[in-house]
Amino acid sequence: MAGQLLWLLPLLLLACGGGEDGAPRDRSLSRQPVALVLDADGRPDPSVLAAEQVLHRGNGSEPQTLDPHLAEDVPSANILRDLFEGLTSEAPDGRIVPGVAERWNISRDGLTYTFYLRRDARWSNGDPLLAEDFVWSLRRSADPATASTLSNILLPIAQADAVLAGTEPPEALGVSALDERILQIRLAAPTPYLLSLLAHSSTYPVHRASVERFGDKYPRPGNLVSNGAFVLADWVVRSKVTLQRNREYWNDQATLLEQVIYYPFEDQSTALKQFRAGRLQWTHEVPNNQFQWLREHYAKELVISPWMGSYFLGFNLLREPFIASPQLREALVLAVDRTLLTEKVTQFGEQPSFTLVPPGIGEYVSPLPEYASWTQEERNVAAQALYAAAGYSEADPLRIEIRYNTSENHKKIALAVASMWKQVLGVETTLINEEWKVFLQNRQQKVLTQVFRANWIGDYNDPFSFLEMFRTGHGQNDYGYSNSLYDSLLGQIAAERIPARRRRLMQEAERVLLEEVPIIPIYTYVTKRLVDPHLRGWESNVMDHHYSKNMYLLRSQSVTDAQL
Amino acid sequence: MRQQSLLRHAGQRLLGVLPTLLLLITVVFFLMRIAPGGPFDSEKALPPDIQANLEAKYHLDEPLLQQYFRYLGQILVLDFGPSFQYKDWTVNELIAQGFPVSLTIGGFAMLLGFLVGVTVGVLSALRQNTAADYATMGFAMLGVSIPNFVVAPVLILLFAVYAGWLPAGGWDGGWRSAVLPVITLALPVIAYIARLMRGSMIEMLHSNFIRTARAKGLPEWHVILRHALKPALLPVISYMGPATAALITGSVVIERIFAIPGLGSYFVQGALNRDYTLVMGVVIFYGFLIIMLNFIVDMLYSILNPKIRYEER
Repeated sequence: MAGQLLWLLPLLLLACGGGEDGAPRDRSLSRQPVALVLDADGRPDPSVLAAEQVLHRGNGSEPQTLDPHLAEDVPSANILRDLFEGLTSEAPDGRIVPGVAERWNISRDGLTYTFYLRRDARWSNGDPLLAEDFVWSLRRSADPATASTLSNILLPIAQADAVLAGTEPPEALGVSALDERILQIRLAAPTPYLLSLLAHSSTYPVHRASVERFGDKYPRPGNLVSNGAFVLADWVVRSKVTLQRNREYWNDQATLLEQVIYYPFEDQSTALKQFRAGRLQWTHEVPNNQFQWLREHYAKELVISPWMGSYFLGFNLLREPFIASPQLREALVLAVDRTLLTEKVTQFGEQPSFTLVPPGIGEYVSPLPEYASWTQEERNVAAQALYAAAGYSEADPLRIEIRYNTSENHKKIALAVASMWKQVLGVETTLINEEWKVFLQNRQQKVLTQVFRANWIGDYNDPFSFLEMFRTGHGQNDYGYSNSLYDSLLGQIAAERIPARRRRLMQEAERVLLEEVPIIPIYTYVTKRLVDPHLRGWESNVMDHHYSKNMYLLRSQSVTDAQL
Repeated sequence: MRQQSLLRHAGQRLLGVLPTLLLLITVVFFLMRIAPGGPFDSEKALPPDIQANLEAKYHLDEPLLQQYFRYLGQILVLDFGPSFQYKDWTVNELIAQGFPVSLTIGGFAMLLGFLVGVTVGVLSALRQNTAADYATMGFAMLGVSIPNFVVAPVLILLFAVYAGWLPAGGWDGGWRSAVLPVITLALPVIAYIARLMRGSMIEMLHSNFIRTARAKGLPEWHVILRHALKPALLPVISYMGPATAALITGSVVIERIFAIPGLGSYFVQGALNRDYTLVMGVVIFYGFLIIMLNFIVDMLYSILNPKIRYEER
């Protein structure tokens, strides 16, 4: 029996060490794809494609719903982009391209959009997809009875605010069918990003007959009639969602994948192991603590790219010591060494940030505050001066709390910020860690908070998505920020339709905002995932939207390929 | 006479189930509502109109007591309501899909744990204080103390990533996807039962009736299997009642690491998301299982041990 102990030992060593040289001997690394060959149309040559075109995608967690008008989580949105198609769609690089609408006209005042739908657009059951379907669907999405949580996406549409508030019936929404295949959308204000909103799931068409017949059970296999490149074939809760190629899709001849299977792996180490075992070709994320190891052993597979999100700390401007104390806030902002934070603490290639709006959104460039070009030593000196001017000293230091929701990453950042403040200014910081819903409630009530963790991921590809939450009384304005100049700038931005002028107004707004220091910018997000080199047809984009219809799998190199 | 009192006791116990469940429902219902935040709070605060629409849809706008009695009414017809988190499914459907998975994995883990644990425990007791005994009990100690979130990744790495024999996780209903989670779950059970079994077996082997049996010249295997085993199993049986309930309702850790769609995660996910109906559903279900399994253990007890009688006082 004592011998039993001995067999375990080598196994444990093997498990810890990997191969002899520490390199993993994974099944996923044993195969390499052939070189890509394109045909005359720029499409992959059939000879290089894998025989089995089935994509296994990690998806982070279970989708909350497959009803496009109720979905608000990222996993649902990923699947819905494959199942449905809006008036517009997105190219692999994130550009807006025609979807169900093959072209559109915009009126001179920017308030009326006329969409011409494709003649060959159909539902997955063969029914024609008509302008009337969009009218019905947009009304459903806005209808308070649907209780959609993201229906504020529809707010730019004329009368949408009244419909959402329940003071007008859904029929009042500014959407009408001029013809079987001509749809008109009237807006409340020129909204230059409207076309990107029309690729969002809140604006997808749903199949009226099926919704009316199945009600709450519409988004299920067998019931769900959709209009995207794929249809829902099977859904095993918390196990997998299987999509099958939609033969009725107007551009089906361009689809190469036969099947896409989404897995709700919540544990990123599990997803990583699945990837290493060759059973997943696309992970949702990678485990934070294994980044260095991945960078060494999976350099080719590890894909890191900028994402449209900002991580920052917020000040509660309604509570002391931050009421009317821009100097103190400025001092706290200056004393944070962002480069150190991203390089030593988060370590994922996040970009140190000095602004609210992350880079990469169209042609918009954020106005950098003056201190962005200083060295950290210079910032520290300036911070000390401001701190003293605000009336604090070593003998009488500032005592504050940083509040964050339970997470290893937030904790590390809060700790690092607290120690930087301590070192540079002598601030005494208490860290308060709260469960997510408790944290949210405290943040929204603006009574207990002083400094708190915050972030924002853009809803749509426009800086306005970031700027508007600092409007006086806005639902996300947990900072208590209120500035009439800023509010009027937001109003001007909403009414402006000349892109260059609109960008200048947004820059002005962001400058006004940053000057008053309601936040401490820390970094802008990156997406990080493992992608099998066999999988092609996708590109990194700031929205992190990746449509399976563009993707395909290359076949592996055989012995003869390797010799060539 | 004994049969009759056993039946009466069973009847009394079953009658006690209802108030226990009612108490459980009440406590969990109000505890969930006391927790700050609600099911629809998120980073993106909802416009008040939309918040109101949502609350109306799920009857959260009613006074709390009215909600409570509405819920009790639903429970009477075994309707746990819709899940807030998994909007396309009802809690009944989620339990109906998750329970068979947890039952399969937990059931096999319990069976494996029982068979191996009892065998090892008995063998260990028979070779008390030998090298084999120490080695086995050392192993058992390891089994109890190494947490499953350490065992599981090691097993995955060995058998899935390097060897490729078994899937690294996920659930397809086949035996291959069950092997690693069953083993991981069974290890501590084996260890615990082996230790329990060894202890009680040693005690039995030193008791008077065994000495008598041996003195009568019965063969040793007969003494052990016919006389000592049955009473020695009693502590194991009483451990198995609640342990089985816990195992077959799923383990959060195992489900996360192996990506298994069982019931366990709903307890945690449901609570974190303030998915009131889902939490209520799984807690009531779990409570019912525990009560029933404890009841079965009680009944087994009186069958296995003639010393335990249920007499009227």
